[in-house]
Amino acid sequence: MHIVDGALSEPVLAAGAVLAVIGVGIGLKKMDYDNLPQVGVLSAAFFIASYIHLPIGFSSVHLILNGLIGLALGWAAFPALLVALLLQAVFFGFGGFVVLGVNIVNIALPGLLMYYLCRGGIASASPKGAAIWGAIAGGGAILLTTLMVAGSLALSGEAFMLAAKATFFAHIPVMIVEGFVTAAAVLLIRKVKPEFLNISEDCERA
Amino acid sequence: MAQSFEHSGTSWKGQKLKHQTSLIDRLDPRLRVIVVSVFALLVVLSDSFAVLSLGLVTAVAMAVLAQLNFKRTLRRVIAMDMFMIFLIVMLPFTTPGEALFSVAGFPASKEGFIHALKIALKANAVVFCLLALVGTMTATTLGHAMAHLKVPDKLVHLLLFTVRYLDVIGQEYKRMRRAMQARAFVMRANLHTWRSVGYLVGMLLVHSLERSERIMDAMKCRGYKGKFYLMDDMTLQRPDFVFMACCVPFFAVLFGLNFL
Repeated sequence: MHIVDGALSEPVLAAGAVLAVIGVGIGLKKMDYDNLPQVGVLSAAFFIASYIHLPIGFSSVHLILNGLIGLALGWAAFPALLVALLLQAVFFGFGGFVVLGVNIVNIALPGLLMYYLCRGGIASASPKGAAIWGAIAGGGAILLTTLMVAGSLALSGEAFMLAAKATFFAHIPVMIVEGFVTAAAVLLIRKVKPEFLNISEDCERA
Repeated sequence: MAQSFEHSGTSWKGQKLKHQTSLIDRLDPRLRVIVVSVFALLVVLSDSFAVLSLGLVTAVAMAVLAQLNFKRTLRRVIAMDMFMIFLIVMLPFTTPGEALFSVAGFPASKEGFIHALKIALKANAVVFCLLALVGTMTATTLGHAMAHLKVPDKLVHLLLFTVRYLDVIGQEYKRMRRAMQARAFVMRANLHTWRSVGYLVGMLLVHSLERSERIMDAMKCRGYKGKFYLMDDMTLQRPDFVFMACCVPFFAVLFGLNFL
């Protein structure tokens, strides 16, 4: 999902940086010091998620979890992912430095959209409905992220069109896996600690 | 193939950095952050081969100067190259232009090849420089440097919290995975695996959050009010001025080479 330095054109880089600054700004404003542990935990979880490799056929995919992060954090997903991506870039050389803005927007914005789209759904009375909305959030976030990664590549030059399309198709299995995993995670969190997803305690009983 | 690289690339060793102290370590962290930013911008926005090759050579020289662990660094750089290899291999075939050679009937253009080479040079130069100058600090030092550079307080706090939780969640994850393995859980491509991993992720978050709330309570109990105390007052020393004196002309040369 990370784009490396040097591939994108200047306008795309600049647009990504501006959007990322706006997103992080709003996110920071909406987050107060009492939220810090939650945001920090999810930021670290994004990092750890890339350890978790799930086998698919002859290959394997790793989790991204931006749907779940979005559901739990809303706007605060921007600062959370800024920190996670910065640490990955600085200490592991994953992704790049100048493309940081584009990478943040590509991963955090889908999470945010899923937050607005699915937050009612995951609080629904029936567990089945909640699981379906969770799956939509998980799979949908990856779908949007892939489209945005492909879009940033395609906007940077005609020559990237093929790579952009390939990125999209290569990530279809990731969408499916992420959908199932997020659905299960939502179901569990709803039962154990509903306030984590901003759901009121009594949704199960209702 | 790429998986083994990714695994080694993402193992977070916490703040215990294993590298010998070098010249780079004596420089002011703030200066290192600024130098990397300027360097990355200059290299990425440049289009001239002279700048890019000089950039890569300097970045590798920095890595040598920082006495980075050779094997670990190489593993990380290769892991990153795996990320983009796909993009780079495709470019010569998708860019129209003068044919250089052809594979299985598909012509590879010279323009595309040059473009691919430029991307590879840029990405590698930035990564080497980043790992050498900033990757050698502890994450806490990076946070403090950012705070001294007037990055918003909340963001610095978040960074420091995240660094702390990385260890916590990482260990929690390993513990829970071991518990699953003890119950003969093997990952496969089926619904059972995905559901179990979903529960694992959910439980991981719940455990870690509850733990973090306890940390927060303990901090509040000791009078934490969201104010951040920077114990280290960073001051520029002689090595910093020497480093600056080298960097400024070097950046000027990098910039100037664009117009040759």
